[in-house]
Amino acid sequence: MHGELTDGRIVIVGASLAGLRAAEALRAQGFTGSLTVVGDEPHPPYDRPPLSKQVLLGIAPADSTGLPMRADPKAEWLLGVRATGLDPLARRVLLDGGESLPYDRVLIATGTRARPWPNPAEAALDGVFTLRTREDAAGLAERLDAGPERVLVIGGGFTGSEIASACRERGLAVTVTERGPAPLVGALGGTLSKLAAVMQRNHGVDLRTGATVTRLLGDGRFTGAELSDGSRVDADVCVVALGAIRNVEWLAESGLAAGPRGLACDAGCRAFTMYGIVTDDVFVAGDVSRFPHPLFGYQLLSLEHWGNAVAQAEVAAHNMVSPGPLRRPHLALPTFWSTQFGLNIKSVGVPTYSDHVVIAQGSLEARRLAMVYGYRGRVTAAVTVDMAKVLEYYQHLIETAAPFPPPPGAADRALAAEIPVPSDVPDPSVLSHGPTVALTGYVPDRRLTVV
Amino acid sequence: MRTVVDLTRCQGYAQCVFLAPDVFRLHGEEGLLYAPAVPDDQVERVRRAAAACPVQAILLGEEVSGGAR
Ligand SMILES: Cc1cc2nc3c(=O)[nH]c(=O)nc-3n(C[C@H](O)[C@H](O)[C@H](O)COP(=O)(O)OP(=O)(O)OC[C@H]3O[C@@H](n4cnc5c(N)ncnc54)[C@H](O)[C@@H]3O)c2cc1C
Ligand code: SF4
Repeated sequence: MHGELTDGRIVIVGASLAGLRAAEALRAQGFTGSLTVVGDEPHPPYDRPPLSKQVLLGIAPADSTGLPMRADPKAEWLLGVRATGLDPLARRVLLDGGESLPYDRVLIATGTRARPWPNPAEAALDGVFTLRTREDAAGLAERLDAGPERVLVIGGGFTGSEIASACRERGLAVTVTERGPAPLVGALGGTLSKLAAVMQRNHGVDLRTGATVTRLLGDGRFTGAELSDGSRVDADVCVVALGAIRNVEWLAESGLAAGPRGLACDAGCRAFTMYGIVTDDVFVAGDVSRFPHPLFGYQLLSLEHWGNAVAQAEVAAHNMVSPGPLRRPHLALPTFWSTQFGLNIKSVGVPTYSDHVVIAQGSLEARRLAMVYGYRGRVTAAVTVDMAKVLEYYQHLIETAAPFPPPPGAADRALAAEIPVPSDVPDPSVLSHGPTVALTGYVPDRRLTVV
Repeated sequence: MRTVVDLTRCQGYAQCVFLAPDVFRLHGEEGLLYAPAVPDDQVERVRRAAAACPVQAILLGEEVSGGAR
């Protein structure tokens, strides 16, 4: 084995999905040295996706989503402790309170947090929530239990839509506002976003598109909001679902390539410095990372995907204990799921990296379909609605850069699928919600860089 | 014990729903919802579900113990 790499001191910053899976993988890869995981939340790692699904539906309490370990990584867990800086020269993680932890290699897995409502006084009104943590979910679930008159959800991205779905399932009146033309449009493009809008309205959501909330009203307690179209919504609970912010501020003085889109790294999860020089002892994984992908023109991807946090953590851990030639690239295709309004939406690839789409199987009317996305004549993504079993096939087409539109035989129709239509991916700056997949590089024919 | 399902892998085969209906259930045609906290009397059933899942998407285990220092 590679003596010095499987021994020594490794510190992981961020005690959530990526941090836990990396800790386990380090041990599985033979790391026998000291392993410390620092996390600013007071809880052991827990799972977030159920917070907008099972927890809001009342199927599981907020404090029940603790992540199971694959095997105990025998780490020291410093929970409720915030990292305040990284000194790459002295190789130390600085902690709140003045202490510091020495490391030989460090993994940064500090993820994201909810983007707050921009007006702090309005955000502080009783009844205004964001949804990222266990506490957020517990507080919101309690309010929903109390049977509010109406819930206002600001932002029609995946999280906002799942919250609206849970509210409707509980029989609560809900209004969703989205600045873009339809919910999910930033992630899925024009055609599927129209289906999302129909689903919301059919399920009784008061959906207001092309509108923004300009003011939250209330005197101590939230009572409603004013909209940009001059209308007013009376509600007693408000959920701000405007997307996520990368937890990179603590790296401001570190000299690393950390910015609003995350901490940039190479295909082997090694962080870049702000000069674009790759480090060899600072690694990154999960929502906080920004990494190049060969299938998408080597652009840097920023993902907020559960599956990516797991896959990238495993590659990072492998590379932390392996010498150069044995290191692996993180090439997993982005994959995502969301359940809302009784539909199971799954995605593989990068739907926003597209110019055209075609429905290859099923139909919008049947609410069951596989939509294939193409960019400059090759397949770059696929999204299924209640057709998860076929996704793997399209994943293969993406991985092999198959021609778009997919040939007959790739579809269950006699004809070679429908005529491709423009994918209608809007400029993300017109949306309320942040996209959960963002290309942050240069696309000659489109501006996709997000602020 | 806790369970988590890798829903990027899950294809809605629903074997788990038959084997441990108190823990796993389908929501709509193929969306899977589950209770992450597994009561003691369900552990054996969830273990069987995990073994039967055709895409090995179910993980059962202990959560990390210990709270804030
Ligand atoms: C409500 C909700 C629903 C979701 N649903 C889905 C879904 O359906 N499908 C899907 O694919 N994904 C979903 N996701 C996304 C998924 O949960 C994330 O991709 C995943 O949590 C990323 O894991 P991570 O470990 O990279 O980051 P995080 O889970 O964000 O963890 C980072 C941890 O680091 C801590 N931290 C931050 N800064 C510091 C610091 N300076 N010092 C110490 N600790 C620090 C944070 O407090 C946090 O505990 C959902 C997320 C939410 C919030
Ligand atoms: S058995 Fe596996 S694939 Fe089938 S529904 Fe359960 S978790 Fe999903």
